[in-house]
Amino acid sequence: MSTRITDLPSTEFVLPGNRACAGCSLGIGLRAITKALDGKMVMAVPASCLTVLGGMYPTSSVAVPWVNVAFPSTAAAASGLAAGLRATGRDDITVLAMAGDGGTADIGIQALSGAAERGEDIIYLCYDNEAYMNTGTQRSGATPQGARTTTTWTGKGEHAKDMCRIMEAHGVGYVASTSAVFPTDVYDKVAKARGLSGTRYIHMNTPCPSGWSFEPKDTVAIGKLAVDAGLVVLYEVEDGRFRLTGRSASLAKSGRRKTIAEYVAAQGRFRGIADETVAVVQRWLDERWAGFVSRHEADAE
Amino acid sequence: MSDARAASVITGNEAAATAAKLARVQVVAAYPITPQSSVVETLSKWVQSGELSAEFVTVESEHSALAVCIAASTVGARVFTATSANGLAYMNEQVWWAAGARLPIVMGLANRAMAAPWSVLNDQQDSMSVRDAGWAQLFCRDNQEILDTFLHAYRIAEELRVPVMVCYDGFLLSHTVMPVRVPDQAEVDAFLPPYKPAIPIDPADPRNLNPVTMADPRANRDGELRGGYMELRAMHQQALTEALDLIPAVDAEFAERFGRSWGGLTWEYRLDDAEVAVIAAGSLGMELTVAVDALRSEGVRAGVFGIRAYRPFPAEAVRGRLAGKDLAVVLDKAVSYGYEGPVCADVRAALLSAEGAPDVFGCVCGLGGRDVSATQLADAVRRARTDHGRGVRIREPEWLDVRL
Ligand SMILES: Cc1ncc(C[n+]2csc(CCOP(=O)(O)OP(=O)(O)O)c2C)c(N)n1
Ligand code: SF4
Ligand SMILES: [Mg+2]
Repeated sequence: MSTRITDLPSTEFVLPGNRACAGCSLGIGLRAITKALDGKMVMAVPASCLTVLGGMYPTSSVAVPWVNVAFPSTAAAASGLAAGLRATGRDDITVLAMAGDGGTADIGIQALSGAAERGEDIIYLCYDNEAYMNTGTQRSGATPQGARTTTTWTGKGEHAKDMCRIMEAHGVGYVASTSAVFPTDVYDKVAKARGLSGTRYIHMNTPCPSGWSFEPKDTVAIGKLAVDAGLVVLYEVEDGRFRLTGRSASLAKSGRRKTIAEYVAAQGRFRGIADETVAVVQRWLDERWAGFVSRHEADAE
Repeated sequence: MSDARAASVITGNEAAATAAKLARVQVVAAYPITPQSSVVETLSKWVQSGELSAEFVTVESEHSALAVCIAASTVGARVFTATSANGLAYMNEQVWWAAGARLPIVMGLANRAMAAPWSVLNDQQDSMSVRDAGWAQLFCRDNQEILDTFLHAYRIAEELRVPVMVCYDGFLLSHTVMPVRVPDQAEVDAFLPPYKPAIPIDPADPRNLNPVTMADPRANRDGELRGGYMELRAMHQQALTEALDLIPAVDAEFAERFGRSWGGLTWEYRLDDAEVAVIAAGSLGMELTVAVDALRSEGVRAGVFGIRAYRPFPAEAVRGRLAGKDLAVVLDKAVSYGYEGPVCADVRAALLSAEGAPDVFGCVCGLGGRDVSATQLADAVRRARTDHGRGVRIREPEWLDVRL
């Protein structure tokens, strides 16, 4: 049912060598995304690490049409790309809005809400590295509780905004949560979204060695740990039907979730986090995970 | 010639919407604000009735309105938007983006006072606050000029790849009906060919548009040097400088086809033998013609010099047409707070060290919709002449009709 890594198309749209940090998972995700769209796409990209990955004039790291846009306006710009393509009679190009968590959950949420409410024919993909990385790791609405950033020196006090639920509340027909370290999960979800129309929202966890303080070689391990702890959940909601996918689906079956303590211990950004905070997050997480599992089981019937 | 046709009696906003339809705009995105709203409503009605074949994107803000226009224009669609005052301020980031991305966007601006405090009435502070953003700004005197100028604007924008803002006074024009000759679609089509984007959006020929650009030139993959940020800005400046020639050329071609000329960069009224030139942008210029007639009847040789293109600024025309005058009185419906009216400051700067340049006195008037009558304007010129006659050559800006 799901694509195996060896079955991914071999055409590469992300060229060898780009300006992201060593060990960045953004490039892994972007490779899968562009493969799933077969490069027949145009991207709207706001200010973010993705801009940096894209390259500096007059060179580019990615061989797909790429339009840089003002930071708050990704979804509106994507709406404009879609409208312009319709108006000029081109229906063979998928419009992909791709923004960071800050550009999505904070400054861009108004434009995104407007586009989703209008049902714009776009795929909106938020890559979530859980802070404003491009400007030096400041907190965002998607930064997890307890994480230290350059504007939460003692650890963030609040939970992350749940963008997927916000998008579900807009009545968006396809909402998915994935992780850049599971390229086949990313690929399958983007490929499915490509076959649908209207607004499609995909949230992609994107482990970031520089901002989270872990070794570049550990990117995939950290991303997997997030899924194994049930913090990042791989799922999709198609016309209201919820389904866990990949490793999260297996985890629901096995019930062998790892602890949040193990996850935070592996990253410098949680250094010094109080035991009580870890306990609070674990309780919050247990409840949330149970909700996902029961929704998965209920909708499977 | 379309002049044989009967005129329609329409508002400035209807003239703007009609022009957009005649230009066959393909994507419209705008957000309501007084006094621009009826432009949006009219276009939305036409799109929904099928009278206008275009995409109408009902955005949630002005920032998004211009974002949509920027993206649609990038893809190759002819686009239209319109706003006023706080709407323009809200889209400020995109105003710069549209220009920097060198997109031929045309925007209507029904000029309105900036809040706080709230005022929905007219002045020109809104457009003046973005004069440095790299758009061409054209000011209109009446509703016919609004319609015609929008058609000029697409030609100018698409030829030079710079966005054009068509500015017209809120309520005074936007909501006032006047006879307007609406040209035939076929004639407009002949004047305004379809828009072709400079850079394609094509997966077979992928480009990365507006990426991070360094200060210095860098080599592309073939080792050829490409300009840095400053080279791109210099090219932009060059385009606006070229607009100084193109704006009059387009006006002349339009006049040939449609029988109406608006003067290109500037316009004048009884200026040739005038000793005093009175200067303004927009509909205030029409009021000035009445004031000038009154002054002339008293034997004062006054004439109007109207600014149609505020950006690019017609400095050469200012120098050429004002040389030999005794005095220039510049009326501004805006202020650069802490200094003087923006048109006045620019006229003064253009004249500096020019042969035969007149002295320049500035007046600020009509802020927040304060009525400006021809009588008040004539009085202002009389006071200026008296001061000047007494040997005053440098004067603080006078605020007309302020009752502190
Ligand atoms: C209007 C505006 N405000 C602020 C910025 C500065 N800025 C650029 S990127 C960025 C943060 C981006 O964070 P996110 O969207 O999470 O992407 P990331 O860099 O983490 O990949 C900020 C604050 C900007 N470019 N524009
Ligand atoms: S800061 Fe993080 S997300 Fe950004 S490029 Fe570096 S590793 Fe990637
Ligand atoms: Mg981020």
